[in-house]
Amino acid sequence: MSLLELKDVRKTFGAIEALRGVTFSVEAGSAVALVGDNGAGKSTLMKTITGVHRPDAGEIRFDGVSIVGKDPGRIREAGIEMIYQDLALARMRNVASNIFLGRELTRSVLGVRLVDTNRMRNEAEAMVARLGARIPSVSQMTGHLSGGQQQSVAIARALTFNPKLVIMDEPTAALAVREVEHVLDLIRTLKRDGISVILISHRLTDVFSVSDRIVVLRQGEVIADDATCDTSMNAVVAHIVGAHSEPAS
Amino acid sequence: MTSASTGAAPSTWRARFAGGAALRLESLIVLAVLCAAMAMLSNAFLSVSNILNILLSTSVFGVLAIGMTFVISSAGIDLSVGSILALSGVAGAMLTSNLDLPWWVGVLGCLAMGAFTGALNGFLITKGAIPPFIVTLGMLGVARGFALVLSNGISIYGLPPEIVWLGQGRPFGVPTPVIVLLLAALVAHVLLAHTRFGVYAQVIGDNEGAARAMGVRVERTKVLLYTLSGLLSGLAGLLFAARINSGEPTAGLSYELTAITATILGGTNLFGGRGSVVGTLIGALIMGVLQNGLNLMAVRPFYQQIAIGAVLIFAVWLDRINSREGWRR
Repeated sequence: MSLLELKDVRKTFGAIEALRGVTFSVEAGSAVALVGDNGAGKSTLMKTITGVHRPDAGEIRFDGVSIVGKDPGRIREAGIEMIYQDLALARMRNVASNIFLGRELTRSVLGVRLVDTNRMRNEAEAMVARLGARIPSVSQMTGHLSGGQQQSVAIARALTFNPKLVIMDEPTAALAVREVEHVLDLIRTLKRDGISVILISHRLTDVFSVSDRIVVLRQGEVIADDATCDTSMNAVVAHIVGAHSEPAS
Repeated sequence: MTSASTGAAPSTWRARFAGGAALRLESLIVLAVLCAAMAMLSNAFLSVSNILNILLSTSVFGVLAIGMTFVISSAGIDLSVGSILALSGVAGAMLTSNLDLPWWVGVLGCLAMGAFTGALNGFLITKGAIPPFIVTLGMLGVARGFALVLSNGISIYGLPPEIVWLGQGRPFGVPTPVIVLLLAALVAHVLLAHTRFGVYAQVIGDNEGAARAMGVRVERTKVLLYTLSGLLSGLAGLLFAARINSGEPTAGLSYELTAITATILGGTNLFGGRGSVVGTLIGALIMGVLQNGLNLMAVRPFYQQIAIGAVLIFAVWLDRINSREGWRR
């Protein structure tokens, strides 16, 4: 049984068919790259997995249990974390508050559950240190950090709660070369620890260096799903632009 | 506010205070300067009875401003608070005076009417996907209209003594509405700054998409926010009616202006993301001192209206400068 299984997932927005029956699966401890042109439906597909969008039809099973119709909080609890391309950070709040966003630690005072700022700060500090992220202080306002540091916060948030699957939407698009290597190393580490990764990326060199499978999405459909070692950069590019759909003359 | 207007890069202490405390400090300075100016202009200003007077007149719109703080923190707005105040006061007065029900039914009726109207705002905003500005602007008309219809446009006099005590009593020499304001502020401060609900209100104002993606129940939180604002408007309506011993359909006209101004003066970001009940209290006191000072100097009430409006525009301008200084989006 695969960790994540999608079967014939469909989603329309008005007249636009964003997902036209998507089927693929992710094995435990493997990295699947999801590639495709702009508008192919990658982000919609991921947001459907994380519960931000509800599919119109189809089945999504995680760890053998259907997660269709569950809200994003429940799906995070089940063990799916996503690092959004826009990072989804509350920029007026500090780093610790962002790492625990949606999962604030609380303590009970006179029967009232209050947010436990001290404990969140300490645990956030430990997490940031463990990841080796260069963030000056977890008490710093997130909006005052550099782009790379903000990304570290989003990554720290995704990894703090022992996820089984981490989805990364263009994690390297806005990074400097050295930072890209750091993210790719992170993906390898996750795989080694048995954590699955879905990587959305336009950078095929990154995709080929860390992924086990490559799924190509085009106009809301899976048009290729191959083991990385069985395919080539040229074949993937041809699938992305649709050169394979016409028979060669 | 001066340090912000210089446009300098945020120094470390400023970053550490993360806007909130620093802004509150600035509001306090404005309040102190205003008090000093008023004390110089009028001998009566610093007397105990006048200070109690200021606190008393601040209490009604102060309670409104507390609710406004939650709503504005979430990047929303509630323009209907003044009308809900009137509708609640009329409802409470009708229950006790026209229907002869006990005083506590009047109190509960007042609060329930406020909370119900606020919840209606919340449902229209979330389920109807109508911008809060429009929903609460419409409710400003609807609630005021219902207050006039229910009361036939005339004041409903003669409330039970227990309710009148809420407006006119002076336990330990302190007017009851002031005590109510401080208690409401204490509860609201804990709620906004130290509970998940308060944090989520601010996160929704900061980045609604992030809140949703991280599993915050955005719609539910918003309904609760507008219900809370309505509940506090009902409480303000109770205090107002109790003070003048009548349910008044024209009560609280343009109080939304004062409440919004007090909130912004207190450092709550007009565009959401950051709010402070303590700051709002300071902002409400600034408005109270301003009105009181103008009264002492025998300035005609028409000019007071001008002053309040001008202060709001000025405060938002300062807020604008503050947010420009900051974060990378």
